[in-house]
Amino acid sequence: MATLSVCRPPVGGFSFENCKRNAVLENEVSKLGCNLPAARKTGTTICGVVFKDGIVLGADTRATEGMVVADKNCSKIHYISPNIYCCGAGTAADTEMTTQIISSNLELHSLSTGRLPRVATANRMLKQMLFRYQGYIGAALVLGGVDCMGPHLYSIYPHGSTDKLPYVTMGSGSLAAMAVFEDRYKPDMEEEEAKQLVRDAIAAGIFNDLGSGSNVDLCVIMKGKVDYLRPHDEANKKGVRTGEYKYKRGTTGVLSKTVTPLDLDVVEETVQTMDTS
Amino acid sequence: NMLEESGPEWLSEEVKTGTTIIAIEYNGGVVLGSDSRVSAGASVVNRVMNKLSPLHDKIYCALSGSAADAQTIAEIVNYQLDVHSAEIGEDPQVRSAATLVKNISYKYKEELSAHLIVAGWDRREGGQVFATLNGLLTRQPFAVGGSGSSYVYGFVDAEYRKGMTKEECQKFVVNTLTLAMSRDGSSGGVAYIVSIDEHSTEEKVILGNKLPTFYDQ
Repeated sequence: MATLSVCRPPVGGFSFENCKRNAVLENEVSKLGCNLPAARKTGTTICGVVFKDGIVLGADTRATEGMVVADKNCSKIHYISPNIYCCGAGTAADTEMTTQIISSNLELHSLSTGRLPRVATANRMLKQMLFRYQGYIGAALVLGGVDCMGPHLYSIYPHGSTDKLPYVTMGSGSLAAMAVFEDRYKPDMEEEEAKQLVRDAIAAGIFNDLGSGSNVDLCVIMKGKVDYLRPHDEANKKGVRTGEYKYKRGTTGVLSKTVTPLDLDVVEETVQTMDTS
Repeated sequence: NMLEESGPEWLSEEVKTGTTIIAIEYNGGVVLGSDSRVSAGASVVNRVMNKLSPLHDKIYCALSGSAADAQTIAEIVNYQLDVHSAEIGEDPQVRSAATLVKNISYKYKEELSAHLIVAGWDRREGGQVFATLNGLLTRQPFAVGGSGSSYVYGFVDAEYRKGMTKEECQKFVVNTLTLAMSRDGSSGGVAYIVSIDEHSTEEKVILGNKLPTFYDQ
């Protein structure tokens, strides 16, 4: 029996076709008994603070893949524009690509306006993109910078909500870092005081959260100047072995020795030059 | 198993403004009030968020529900009202603002989970409060919303009287917020009050220790 089907008009908004495909693939793969590779997460501690002359951003440097540390010294403070930097927590690929996309769009926007980009602009662009993807892009960001209106600090959540605050923390170690901030934050701190506070907050995350570790990276943004301190504090140096653990030659007794030379002839020799100009 | 999966669940959970919001109309203007707590799961991610968002000079909306959805709706309607008021060449009506919010809330009601109360003052009808829950549009003398509102329906129904003055309305709002914040785990922090009338739009913050005390305190 023939059925009338009305042609559906194109629906606006995000197309979730690929998500359906991914769900089907995951089902098939699990039927075969294996797992799809887990997305590498930066189980992280990131934070930011507004001080007298600008912003201090801080991050740890551990990237995890499940329960294994995939990268002991990854960089979580991403460049957005000469006066704006962004720390990223959540899925590593998502934070990396999202910040790069917005950095590129912001550069074009800045060329179009002829002005230094504003932090509020970067915030709008990031939140509108993350909202459009309804939380499927797992990027939790701490955005900070100094523009013509002064220093600004935002926290941006994967679903697209943002908060503008004088001090923010994100990531799995955020509760540990926030505890340090709530205790010692004061408005209008000096640069050294602010750097020490951020360093201590990240250290609290590194030592009390399993998903954060290794070193402390800092980024100090002031009007006309950016100090990207990587690493600022090597909190976890790899230990030096105290003894030699190689077995000396002769430890294992050799009973007999047979040498068989392999008779190989050169059959064909070709040289392929690579154009490396 | 001592090692849990890296990252607590609230990292992936949506950020909600488990909230108490209220708006009330009086002869000559409106008073809006909100708490300031934003939660993600069991964690408070912002304890000082101002949930009273300006849509226009004399029109505000109170946000509740999903933080991302509510913020986005407020920002979109703010933009649409800017365009609309430039087109008509004068300040927009509160009903227009509420209609714009209602249109978004209704069209995307399956996808969104936010409730905005729209309140303000315009020249034609004076102070007005509109509720836009689930995509309806209704004008009310007062409206409460958010998770904390369930605890204070009895209080507002008993205490509301017609013809209150601006100061009485402000007191009514502060008392309601205080009672809700002390009973609802998802509401707390400080109280934000906005009073809008013909002459001015006044924003006030009342810190936790300056809130009125009731029986159990």
